[in-house]
Amino acid sequence: MYDNNNLSPERIKYLKKIKRQKIATWSIRLLILVLFFAVWEVAANLKLIDTFVTSQPSRMVKTLVNLYKGGDLFLHIGVTCLETVAGFIIGTILGTLIAVMLWWSDFASRVMEPYLVVLNSLPKVALGPIFIIWIGAGPSAIIAMALAISLIVTILEVLNAFIHTDEEKIKLVETFGANRLQVFTKVVFPSNIPAMINALKVNVGLSWVGVITGEFLVSKAGLGYLIVYGGQVFQLDLVMTSVIILAVAAALMYQGVVLLQKRLAGRQASDK
Amino acid sequence: MSKEDIVRVEHVGMKYQSVNGEIDAIQDVSFTVKKGEFVGIVGPSGCGKSTLLSIISGLLRPSQGKVFINDEEVVKTSEKVGYMLQKDHLFDWRTIYQNVILGLEIRKNLTNENKEYVLHLLKTYGLYEFKDKSPKQLSGGMRQRAALIRTLAVKPEILLLDEAFSALDYQTRLVVTEDIYSIIKSEGKTAIMVTHDISESISMSDRVIVLTKRPATIKNVYEIDLGCPNRTPLKCREAPKFREYFNAIWKELDVHV
Ligand SMILES: Nc1ncnc2c1ncn2[C@@H]1O[C@H](COP(=O)(O)OP(=O)(O)O)[C@@H](O)[C@H]1O
Ligand SMILES: [Mg+2]
Repeated sequence: MYDNNNLSPERIKYLKKIKRQKIATWSIRLLILVLFFAVWEVAANLKLIDTFVTSQPSRMVKTLVNLYKGGDLFLHIGVTCLETVAGFIIGTILGTLIAVMLWWSDFASRVMEPYLVVLNSLPKVALGPIFIIWIGAGPSAIIAMALAISLIVTILEVLNAFIHTDEEKIKLVETFGANRLQVFTKVVFPSNIPAMINALKVNVGLSWVGVITGEFLVSKAGLGYLIVYGGQVFQLDLVMTSVIILAVAAALMYQGVVLLQKRLAGRQASDK
Repeated sequence: MSKEDIVRVEHVGMKYQSVNGEIDAIQDVSFTVKKGEFVGIVGPSGCGKSTLLSIISGLLRPSQGKVFINDEEVVKTSEKVGYMLQKDHLFDWRTIYQNVILGLEIRKNLTNENKEYVLHLLKTYGLYEFKDKSPKQLSGGMRQRAALIRTLAVKPEILLLDEAFSALDYQTRLVVTEDIYSIIKSEGKTAIMVTHDISESISMSDRVIVLTKRPATIKNVYEIDLGCPNRTPLKCREAPKFREYFNAIWKELDVHV
């Protein structure tokens, strides 16, 4: 489709412009980040802000090193990430399975609809104490919290995608005598893979919310625990450091899903 | 009624039910189709043409009347019937080959013999080199051809075409019509084609059934005899009698804007 072997002068100019824009965008991004921390550090050193309540980059680095030396850093990161991944995977699989069952039976989905609506609008944090009593204070209760937050949304999103599958495509396979299972495996599922990946993206974020909420309520380890603990003993260094680690971990996991999406899209494209 | 009638539609009526009321789509439609015949059905948009084809295919049970194929009452989708829809509906997530074997896959009929047959069809109709490509890489006309091969792969005796060309632009449409017509004829299939395009219908059909507005009933039936030997749709369009049929059917359809 594109003639990419002989680059015309216009094309070279265009490509250069794109590249310049990219470099500019990244430089400014980096600059903002560096400036933000630099201003913070300088302001703290000049006593313009009270480091007792704002902390300070250099002290956060020290906290990080101490955590690392104490051997706890990766424990906390690991616990939180594990809980998140567990909540994320269970939520996605379970949510998709339930969506399949509801798609399968119109009657079941009609019956369940008001329950799903109520559960969806319920602030799931309210369920926290119930989980703790039922499951016990520990990682399981935290994963349950993450599930509570992501599961209903997954069900609704995926079910909605299934229901809106192109009727004519379904008709096509039915003209070949397809049964309900075949309609699902040949059309509904494959045509909704992009929608399901989008649900995954939303899910990663929700799992983080669930896990940190859970760790706030009950935990002995994890980034959420560090943040709450730091807050209680008024150690803003610890709080700020944990928040930054959390931001990095969440961003990395989100990028993982984006990468997965690109891989899947790429596989379809390479069939060409 | 004669022995060679492959399809018999007897007093078929259809009323769609919904909470908001009833839609009377078809009323007392009867006709027969002989083996090897090409029957066109024209009628205004929304009159019940697709409904009629769905009933013949067995996808939909009529609320009145019966349909017989080879003297057997149609109660569910029949292996003898192939259906072509308005769009090609080739699946992006499958290659052309994987698309054309879809019907065989669903009917669990993917024998070596049938695979050979599919490859033979792909070769005969010029899609063999494209078999491992994505549908996205094919032109509209080639996609329609692939859709036809997907239908032929399950070896139907009767083809139902529901506005099968109307998603194509005019030029492509003329070529594809020519193309598909010759394939249907060379494979010796019986065909029932529904369309709202009068010219298309006259150019391809041995007989044109004109339907009224909804609820559809049969208004008139035209035996098309254009007196052109070795007919192809394009040649037919040039036949002197073409306009006569066109004007007659046009009047019959009584189109008001
Ligand atoms: N599944 C359905 N439920 C209710 N009404 C329908 C359904 N399918 C079609 N109809 C109605 O029946 C009429 C005929 O539809 P259709 O057979 O698709 O017409 P055509 O193919 O001639 O355009 C239309 O008024 C349409 O709204
Ligand atoms: Mg229609």
